[in-house]
Amino acid sequence: MTAWADHLLVAPIVVPMMAGAAMVLAGNARPSLLAGLGLVSTVLLLVLSATLLVLADAPEVRIYRLGNWPASFGIVLALDRLSAIMVALTSVLGFAAFVFSLARWHRAGTHFHPLFQFQLMGLNGAFLTGDLFNLFVFFEVMLAASYGMTLHGSGVARVRAGLHYIVINLLASLLFLIGVSVVYGIAGTLNMADLAARMQAVAAEDRALLEAGLAVLGIAFLVKAAAWPLGFWLQGTYAAASAPAAAALSILSKVGIYAVLRVWLLLFGTGAGASAGFGTLPLTLIGLLTIAFGSVAVLASQNLARLAGASVLISSGTLLAAIGMNRAAVTGGALLYLMGSVLAIGALFLLVELVERGRDIGADVLAVTREAFGAGEDEEDGEPGERDAVGVPIPATVATLGGSFLACALLIAGLPPLSGFLAKFAILAPLFTPGGGLPSALAWVVMAALILSGLATAIAMMRTGIDAFWASPAGTPQRVSVLEFMPVALLLTLCVALTVAAGPALDYATAAANALYAPADYLRPVLKAAEAAR
Amino acid sequence: MELVVALAIGILAGSGVWLLLRPRTFQVIIGLALLSYAVNLFIFSTGGLRTGADAILRQGAAGTLADFADPVPQALVLTAIVIGFATTALLLVVLLAARGLTGTDHVDGREREQ
Repeated sequence: MTAWADHLLVAPIVVPMMAGAAMVLAGNARPSLLAGLGLVSTVLLLVLSATLLVLADAPEVRIYRLGNWPASFGIVLALDRLSAIMVALTSVLGFAAFVFSLARWHRAGTHFHPLFQFQLMGLNGAFLTGDLFNLFVFFEVMLAASYGMTLHGSGVARVRAGLHYIVINLLASLLFLIGVSVVYGIAGTLNMADLAARMQAVAAEDRALLEAGLAVLGIAFLVKAAAWPLGFWLQGTYAAASAPAAAALSILSKVGIYAVLRVWLLLFGTGAGASAGFGTLPLTLIGLLTIAFGSVAVLASQNLARLAGASVLISSGTLLAAIGMNRAAVTGGALLYLMGSVLAIGALFLLVELVERGRDIGADVLAVTREAFGAGEDEEDGEPGERDAVGVPIPATVATLGGSFLACALLIAGLPPLSGFLAKFAILAPLFTPGGGLPSALAWVVMAALILSGLATAIAMMRTGIDAFWASPAGTPQRVSVLEFMPVALLLTLCVALTVAAGPALDYATAAANALYAPADYLRPVLKAAEAAR
Repeated sequence: MELVVALAIGILAGSGVWLLLRPRTFQVIIGLALLSYAVNLFIFSTGGLRTGADAILRQGAAGTLADFADPVPQALVLTAIVIGFATTALLLVVLLAARGLTGTDHVDGREREQ
């Protein structure tokens, strides 16, 4: 491959960085210039990530040495199918949230556009890097931008939730640093591939300490992924954030999942000697507990934004439980689930704001609760004639929003015919294959958890849907501009496309998972680059 | 030397955790600062601790790799300090905003009912 194609690897980091820097220089005086720059950057990212998806579909992992330093001294970026999938999801979600914000949210505060670009840069960097400490740096870039994004639009609720979010993430970053420095102290390298190659040779007396260091690192990842009991911050923060910020934040929790997937499978794969398979059972148990907590949270949510936050929890839990099963085919299904759930939850976060617009404050409090507090009674008395009229026309916007909400509900709850169902099926089917011996008790528990969480989501979505669209419709129909509805439609169309093309998508995801379970293809190019330097 | 550094890290981390669990935002931010000092010292110590070692070379003697302190933890700690400093400054601004908006310095933005 030509040198030109090799440089494509760093482009998803450089493009938003340059765009963000240009935006800072341009200042806030000309919003149309900022919007234009952002549009160029996000469209470019879409094209780049599509190219990378094609490039990554090869047996060998592509590496890019930053500053052309040999791999043992410098930092490498590595592109495999998993990274390509994550970068593509980031680009799609970034594009959708960006277009959505152009309607009105980008004027709600200063520096929305540069922060958004820096967040994309941090996300792409975290997905592409092949170095543990560089992962920390990109985590911080992404988080620093997300702090600003959470607070975008200001207001008491955002500042209050943002304060908790920042403190918890700073603490998680400190845990990350402790983990990284223990790993460096024992293994003497931070390059992930080099580290994986050295796992076998770690002395027996050091192994426990190394595992402890990686476990601390894992806790930092799990805080990001909002696993139970480390994820209580998520719902409040996501519910308080503005819609485009929340949609962009929803992929942040997947960064934690990605990091667990990458580091665990690389370091504790079959080549890890005595450490092989370390921590997979706890991972499944944490995943199951997260699903349980998320299911309760989804049922207890009294407004749409918190409901969307709770479905992020369920999605994190499902992924962790599937990863902990430690089977390549299951992980392949989990990756398909990840694609669908990122798109669907992103769409839901955007939709929430459109649906809630024009409704009274407190309208989304459950009917039961309303009755208990006696708040809704006077409403019942007034004008029964108008309320009971047969054939109340449903405005077109409400119908469109309702249809999109229905699609989101089917996707997130994992009901047929959309991709959520196929993905859950792809996770569960390999656990019960006839060739794999008798399914373990854990497999049955995972199946029960996945199906019950789907049921809980379906109940909660149905209840809130009825309440939002039928029981207490807005006094005046919401005014939704095409610009705001288009991103939602784009995300949902992609979900439908993922359903139709589930076969190729699952093949790609399974190939990604197989490569993760046979990391030789990941190690060879990186180590070859290191050898060449000696 | 090891004992002194270990004690320093332990005391800083202990005080940091205690302050972090306090209800006032200022205590939380100081707790985070102390914890990050502890972590920075910890990173620094993973490169190995030596007393009275040469900076880089001794005059007149040929340098070997064994004489160097490991530069990687130093680079890591420098990055960690810079990032920690920036994020703490950001948190300080949010803290002030929260104080201004909610009128209290409780971490939840409201005083606990007695």
